Amino acid sequence: MRNSYRAQNIAFFFLFLATLLIVVPVGLIVVIIIQKGLPAINWQFLSDIPRQGMRAGGIFPAIVGTVYLVSGAIIFALPIGLLAAIYLSEYSKDNLLTRLIKLAIVNLAGVPSVVYGLFGLALFVIFFRFGASIISGSLTLGIMILPVIITTSREALESVPYSFREVSLSLGASKWQTIRHIVLPNAMPGILTGTILGLGRAAGETAPILFTAAAFYLPQLPNSVFDQVMALPYHLYVISTQVPNVEEKARYGTAFILLALVLFMNLVAIIIRYKFRKKKKW
Amino acid sequence: MVKFTIKELNIWFGHVHALKQVSMEIRANEILSVIGPSNSGKTTFLRMLNRLNALNQNFRMAGLIKLEQEDIKNIDTELLRKRVGMVFALPLPLPLSIFENVAYGVRMHGTKNKKVLTKKVEESLKEAYLWEEVKDRLNESAFKLSGGQQQRLCIARTLAVEPEVILFDEPCSGLDPISTAKVEDAMVKLKEKYTIVLVTNNVKQAARVGERTAFFLSGELIELDKTDKVFTAPKDKRTDGYIRGKFG
Repeated sequence: MRNSYRAQNIAFFFLFLATLLIVVPVGLIVVIIIQKGLPAINWQFLSDIPRQGMRAGGIFPAIVGTVYLVSGAIIFALPIGLLAAIYLSEYSKDNLLTRLIKLAIVNLAGVPSVVYGLFGLALFVIFFRFGASIISGSLTLGIMILPVIITTSREALESVPYSFREVSLSLGASKWQTIRHIVLPNAMPGILTGTILGLGRAAGETAPILFTAAAFYLPQLPNSVFDQVMALPYHLYVISTQVPNVEEKARYGTAFILLALVLFMNLVAIIIRYKFRKKKKW
Repeated sequence: MVKFTIKELNIWFGHVHALKQVSMEIRANEILSVIGPSNSGKTTFLRMLNRLNALNQNFRMAGLIKLEQEDIKNIDTELLRKRVGMVFALPLPLPLSIFENVAYGVRMHGTKNKKVLTKKVEESLKEAYLWEEVKDRLNESAFKLSGGQQQRLCIARTLAVEPEVILFDEPCSGLDPISTAKVEDAMVKLKEKYTIVLVTNNVKQAARVGERTAFFLSGELIELDKTDKVFTAPKDKRTDGYIRGKFG
């Protein structure tokens, strides 16, 4: 009796330790970035273009660029990903081919982002002649987050109890009506979770936009989707490694804004998800 | 009048031969009880009448099922399911409000007018003997109702699309005796307007409400006769054995 009690305590200790090991670095990162980055944040930093070779001024073009790129990626990836997920979970038959396709999609989520960057360069920049531009970057980011959106959406759709579908069909509703009115509303929170994950990843990645969209230094806002833009992750890389004598607080300030931007965009999705969950009545 | 004509019906799920050479008729405005041990094919038989079996990928069938004069294969599936409603074994409300649960089917068949819907919901709930209990909380979640109320809600939901036939798949298996009595009362009243096929594991329930009783065993229809006859003087020894609780 006593022995098993001790074993339990030891197990609890290690479980707690593992949790601590995860929480502490994350907490530290947030604390350090806030501590060092907050002093840099002022109106000029947020609204001005970079000046004096990016050593002064603000990061406004990079903020705008990242917002454009991420929005473009979501606009492209969410509808396509959702439709693909609906097809895979509701319409496709369960056979070797569809299982292979599902496996391939899951594995695509693990492909290094620089590979997507190279792919985007070949397809959008060169083949479609979009050049390095917002549209090339958005599409590349969109393709990168598609597997995440498809996989999480599929799981969300499949987690809606089968009995709901049977009931709806037994009342004479068509398959599409069943999906539209019963399955989709109940899968929406899960689908939005996938979108949140994709959004965070799209905002933070440097490699896919490196060849396809991001400008080293561009002290003006884009005029069309075929213009290059600055982007926060790439800008952070540039002022950290490529430009000498940049103030430390500017770097941390940029990181802080990137985090805050992702958090803000997630917050919107989380609020929508909360609204859907509240509507859910089971 | 004959509602369903079934001729030499065979059903397979993959390699499992679930129904074997079943031929029978279901009359209009009768309650037909279907009894038999589990795995006897009675639920498969029921789910054949609204083609719900066809959702299974491995489903194959041979034989003929006619609804009145028409082969059900030639009837549009959505229309068939509107004409042949179903109440499932467990109370399965949709994740919607009480009102929306009943209105769901009607909406799906194209009615948008709020007044028509409201009237239809009230009528259906009254027909299922649930109106008095829920009339003041139609906008609450259907999951807040008790099990017996949920099952009557499911009946109301089925009635709302104005079916001709209602299939009950062990509708009282999860209910207490009082709720069961209420559901049974509802069924007996519904018989006046609808044809009812009741699959049940409860032999006494079959005896109480069914006018005719069919006994299935291992996918075969063993006996089909007036309920009195099946229960007092069954032709087949296996029917007798099952009713007396010797197996199953």
